[in-house]
Amino acid sequence: MTTTLTPPEPRVATPVSNSLTAGKLPNGAPWMILAASLLVSAGLFGVIALSGAEFNWVGTLVVAALIYVVVITVLSRIVEGSRRSTDRFVTSLVTGAFLLAMIPLVSLTITVVTFGLARFDPEFFTYSMRSVTGEGGGALHAIVGTLLMTGTAALISIPIGLMTSIYLVEYGRGRLARGITFLVDVMTGIPSIVAGLFAYALFAIFWGPGTRTGIAGAVALAVLMIPVVVRSSEEMLRLVPNELREAAYALGVPKWLTIVKVVLPTSIAGITTGIMLSIARVIGETAPLLIAAGFTNSMNYDMTEGRMQSLPVFVYTQYANQGTPASAYLDRAWAAALTLILIVMALNLIARLVARFFAPKFGR
Amino acid sequence: MSTAPAPIRAKQRPGDRVFSRSAVFAGSMILVTLAAVATFLIVQSVPALFATGETASILDTNFWAYVGPLVFGTIWAAALALLLALPVSIGIALFISHYAPRRLASVLGYIVDLLAAVPSVVFGLWGIGVLAPAVQPLYTWLVDNLGWFPLFSGPVSGTGRTILTAAVVLAVMIIPIITAISREVFLQTPVLHEEAALALGATRWEMIRTAVLPFGRPGIISAAVLGLGRALGETMAVAMVLSATGAVTFQLLTSVNPSTIAANIALSFPEAYGINVNVLIATGLILFIVTFAVNALARWIVARRSEFSGAN
Repeated sequence: MTTTLTPPEPRVATPVSNSLTAGKLPNGAPWMILAASLLVSAGLFGVIALSGAEFNWVGTLVVAALIYVVVITVLSRIVEGSRRSTDRFVTSLVTGAFLLAMIPLVSLTITVVTFGLARFDPEFFTYSMRSVTGEGGGALHAIVGTLLMTGTAALISIPIGLMTSIYLVEYGRGRLARGITFLVDVMTGIPSIVAGLFAYALFAIFWGPGTRTGIAGAVALAVLMIPVVVRSSEEMLRLVPNELREAAYALGVPKWLTIVKVVLPTSIAGITTGIMLSIARVIGETAPLLIAAGFTNSMNYDMTEGRMQSLPVFVYTQYANQGTPASAYLDRAWAAALTLILIVMALNLIARLVARFFAPKFGR
Repeated sequence: MSTAPAPIRAKQRPGDRVFSRSAVFAGSMILVTLAAVATFLIVQSVPALFATGETASILDTNFWAYVGPLVFGTIWAAALALLLALPVSIGIALFISHYAPRRLASVLGYIVDLLAAVPSVVFGLWGIGVLAPAVQPLYTWLVDNLGWFPLFSGPVSGTGRTILTAAVVLAVMIIPIITAISREVFLQTPVLHEEAALALGATRWEMIRTAVLPFGRPGIISAAVLGLGRALGETMAVAMVLSATGAVTFQLLTSVNPSTIAANIALSFPEAYGINVNVLIATGLILFIVTFAVNALARWIVARRSEFSGAN
């Protein structure tokens, strides 16, 4: 094997001024290409619109995105080589995925607010649907039902969930703890409608088949809520540093007092956040309440007697059993949807604020 | 030679006893609840298994012929939803963890989480009022131009309330779940791996391909399976959006669509009576078993992979 040393070919001097920026698209290039592709696409659809059709916003954006991806990939491949071109391609895909997910969120928000405001008036919050046909009426009975059933579900599931998480973190050893952890996992996966069926079957035994009561709805919600409370509280309790517990034991504090006076106060912000998020999760559940608590047009304060309406089921029944005029029913459905979303968002927001402002300060 | 001193037993105070027992009691309540759920569902389901078209009016021949198409529809809709949601979710998770500016990342994550907070009945209302009319022209175009492809064969649905629309709504509902888990996993990638890849001259995508994705794979898989479990059990959005006929078909765009177990229960239960109630509860039991199997699969994947991952 012989190696022949060929003298390197004399390099053609390229008129590159700065070697560090050579072979690279300028910094602003993606934005310029984006603007250009938007312009081209708008022009394209503008020409189509000239022929009488309506200007197609969605088409414009989709085509602009396609043009942008193609142009920046090709351009980058020419200037920067295949590796950077792939990188740019993936960057636009990933950004596109995020923007794609924003479409339903924005569309949903706009729709719910615009349609919901039509009946978002005092009458909606002060009247029930008793003997209302057509226009008018309100969702007071549904709001009361939602508060009663969610409140009862919280009363059942917060003590059980919190004590279970305390058991798992502070006491649990061996087979029972492992079993409970596993079962909580299983419970997390129960479909909401199955929880409704369970509550229905449970109360059908006591009060005969076909009974639907508020307490059955509350039990269904509690089945869904307990695992969420356990999971989040357990996570928060595990975050409490062991040094705090050991310091308390060293001072001779009994275990239960250590938990009540040291562990819980340290983690109470996180636990509150978890509980509020779990309430926000179950307050929007429709299927279990439809099965277990049924629906009604009248006010019902009695958890143990008679059907009880709730906001999500109100949305569904207003939509599903439209009378005349249909718009009155749809407007009520959207107004209830707006109310529901506002409640859920408020719970979420308060939960985050609690987590932020009442978190224990570990810094020194 | 002296025997080892007997271990000093901790003093048992009444407060301790009460507290630890109530903790054990609460833990056992979970056990009792689940046992109760299983027992009640099974007991109520037994009459349905022997029911025929004569005893239960919603059955044609027997229970299994009734539940078969529903199981198919449930799995088909959930699989479609997962197929749509998974790539988008991984993209969003990567965008939030590795592409978006640091300052914005947590805010963007919160915005995606907002999607998870929207109640399913609102999604149903949106799907039927906004999404279905919006995609109907697209479906018409697909059937006209790509009708030779078996999935897209016509005749096109006039309302847009097809299984594909239901799957899109389901996908929107499970995207935040898959995104949240994948994002957490991506953020746990050892920074040293990432920096090593970048120091060797990798571009951002090459760094993600060689360091982030291999590390996050078990997390992505379990997130996907959890999302699938959620999509299987989702009720109201499907019940409202889908105009189901109960047929077994893979066609996405026609007005002949399979129904899902959960949606079927929600639609039929309020009017059900007698043995029909037991039939519906039995379908619920089957849904419970399917989701349980799916979730068990997710846990098994996580447990199997966690021994080898760098996370511990």
